[in-house]
Amino acid sequence: MSDQVQYLTVNLAHEEYGVDILAVREIRGWTPVTRIPQSPHYVLGVLNLRGAIVPVIDLRLRFGLTREDYNATTVTVIITVAGRQFGVVVDAVSDVLDVAGDAIRPVPDMGTTVDTEYLKGLTSVGDRMVLLLDADKLLQPQDAQMLDAALDAAGNVKAVA
Amino acid sequence: MSSISIAQFHKVFFEESLEGLDAMESALLALDDGGDAELVHSIFRAAHSIKGGSATFGFPDMAALTHEAESLLDQVRDGRRAIDKSIIELMLRTVDCLRGMFDRAQSGQPLADADSENLKQQLAAAVGHNTPAAAAKIAAKPAASSGWIIHFRPHAGMLAGGNDPLRLLRELAALGQLVVEAQLDRVPTLDALDPSECHLGWRIELTGAVSQDAIKTVFEWVEDECDLTIEPLVVAAPPPAPAVEAVAAPAAGAGGAAGTARNAAASSNDAGSVRVAIDKIDGLIDLVGELVITQAMLDQFREDFDASRLALLQHGLAQLARHTRSLQESVMGIRMLPIGSVFNRFPRLVRDLSQKLGKQVKLDLVGEHTELDKTVLEKIGDPLVHLVRNAIDHGLEMPDKRRAAGKNEVGTLRLEAFHRGGSIVVEISDDGAGLNREAIVAKALQKGLIKSGEGLSDEAVGELIFQPGFSTAAVTTDLSGRGVGMDVVRRNVVDLGGNVAIKSRAGQGTTFTITLPLTLAIIDGLRAAVGGECYIVPLVSIVESVQLPADAVRSVTGGGELFRFRGEYLPIVRLHQQFGCADARQQIEEGLVIVVEADGTQIGLFVDELVGQQQAVVKSLEANYRRVDGISGATILADGSVALIVDVAGLIRLQSRRKAA
Repeated sequence: MSDQVQYLTVNLAHEEYGVDILAVREIRGWTPVTRIPQSPHYVLGVLNLRGAIVPVIDLRLRFGLTREDYNATTVTVIITVAGRQFGVVVDAVSDVLDVAGDAIRPVPDMGTTVDTEYLKGLTSVGDRMVLLLDADKLLQPQDAQMLDAALDAAGNVKAVA
Repeated sequence: MSSISIAQFHKVFFEESLEGLDAMESALLALDDGGDAELVHSIFRAAHSIKGGSATFGFPDMAALTHEAESLLDQVRDGRRAIDKSIIELMLRTVDCLRGMFDRAQSGQPLADADSENLKQQLAAAVGHNTPAAAAKIAAKPAASSGWIIHFRPHAGMLAGGNDPLRLLRELAALGQLVVEAQLDRVPTLDALDPSECHLGWRIELTGAVSQDAIKTVFEWVEDECDLTIEPLVVAAPPPAPAVEAVAAPAAGAGGAAGTARNAAASSNDAGSVRVAIDKIDGLIDLVGELVITQAMLDQFREDFDASRLALLQHGLAQLARHTRSLQESVMGIRMLPIGSVFNRFPRLVRDLSQKLGKQVKLDLVGEHTELDKTVLEKIGDPLVHLVRNAIDHGLEMPDKRRAAGKNEVGTLRLEAFHRGGSIVVEISDDGAGLNREAIVAKALQKGLIKSGEGLSDEAVGELIFQPGFSTAAVTTDLSGRGVGMDVVRRNVVDLGGNVAIKSRAGQGTTFTITLPLTLAIIDGLRAAVGGECYIVPLVSIVESVQLPADAVRSVTGGGELFRFRGEYLPIVRLHQQFGCADARQQIEEGLVIVVEADGTQIGLFVDELVGQQQAVVKSLEANYRRVDGISGATILADGSVALIVDVAGLIRLQSRRKAA
């Protein structure tokens, strides 16, 4: 089917999340990263991906959950969005799903327990529910990006003057 | 369209032709100083290739202009005409004009303008091309008055109808030579501007044998959506210069988006290529060959290895290390270009400037083959031009004054580039009057930069002109201009990781010394441990590191800390606080203070200890993440982990901002 999209599903705190497989660049075991100063708490740091410096975020921390120990199944999924790469730490990877466009349902308003801003929708496979992630919004919310851009622009003006 | 397939060669053609123009220019300047016939040949060859290329690649205007220049050169070459100042002047102007044409060709604008047409006629006249036909053609142009003045004022809603004024102007340009003046009077202020409406109007002068109907056909589709008047051109006076400038205006105004996109495309094309000498590539291939052999040798150990072959393995690994290092050097070498490409523009600049000012200047260029990183090279041009201009304008005296001072009437300006240690040094020296010490001191006193002029060394006085704000219009006259924009020169150089120093002796001249790093991609740094983390501090900014006793540090109200270093109090930035590192040493006496300097300001960085020195390949954090205050980039350590590079200048700015707040 042409409107079928493949999703890589990952486990996180007993829930299953799906990431558009075309955005996934590689899956690698968890390795320690270098912390970056002044970064949000969910940005663990940066790692060396064959010479490129790639930031890594912890999806548990991103969703306000607590991080347990990093163990043998903990993996870093490297995702490319708009030419930028970043790593997402999840508990484990599990499956690849074919999801038809009409099988995706909108996310109901769940109050404040989970931030629904990062979800594209949800779908069900048998009796499992899979939450589909909007990869673009994971690293930085839009407003933070715009603020950064504005600050940079201000810095440039100063440099020129 | 066939033009698409040929367009892929345009870039190479532009590059080669611009090189050809550079060659023409330098040969012309050499000829000006009394050169030989070989120079004429080389100028002729360059002109000939440009003519051939431009005709092939579909730039007839360029070909026509070069053809005239070539004819003139041909006569000189055959000895039918002696070369003189006027011809050289004319040819230099042709070179300039062709450069302009190439610029326009790269951004897709029409090539010919009034200047080029004018020049073409002058060249033709010089050649004696005034054969009846050509003369008639030249004469016919103004006489025929075969032209039209078109006032074209689109209604505000015209763009909404899908009509693009730019397209109409292009169609007109196909009919004849066009001089377009944009009328901006109806453009509202920015807040009232509706970008979907057209606010521009144009006054168009169309020369050429064009019937009124043909023009009307162009505007056929927009007749109802614009105010249009078409009048015959009465006097074909040479178009006024400002109007020529405005040719580009419609593109920038109406077709704003399209124009910008095209320019952006053109400039991104520019960024792409480096011309590499073939021997460098051969060297690389040799090295890669060696590397493959070493790898094959090491591969054998995988099959069968026992302790008896340990020595061989060590030998192989040492070889691998050596080859990797030379390969790294060679690859970096690809980015290295001779500084001559920057120096080349100076003979012309010096010639023009000295003629204008009535001074006599001899330019010495030394060390043109010294190689510099391409990025550094591109950014060093402007500061150098500034310094050279300053030296001629204000450093060197007028001939009579020089004679009175017992010096040679011809002033000498010397540009020299050479390697020193891991840096490139560029020196600009003149044998002029030197800095006017009294005037600088007076100005500095007035600005409150110093308290008294007593006991200041010449170096200290020289430093003053680099102070921001020292360059004002008033200074220019008072001080014979030294110090104009010197702070900008210094900042540009510092941004490249380099430094500028000045040495001046009254009556003997001034020397500016620019020290630049070989490359921006690799820096020497010291690894500093803070808590369990590791940061790289660039070696160039480190003054020294000291271990302070606990009582050497004074706390200041507001939370700042100061310590005394060589008679001055410097603020301390605790890196573990700045970067939020856990488990770092807190007591001053347990750690180290690294004194660093940037932009002439020093601060102390408090770290746990220094781990070692290493070369760091600078990687961008912004490529995948974003800028972080106090961090200039990242690098990869020997164990594959990432270490962050401290941005010393940024930390100093943060520190002073904190002080201000």
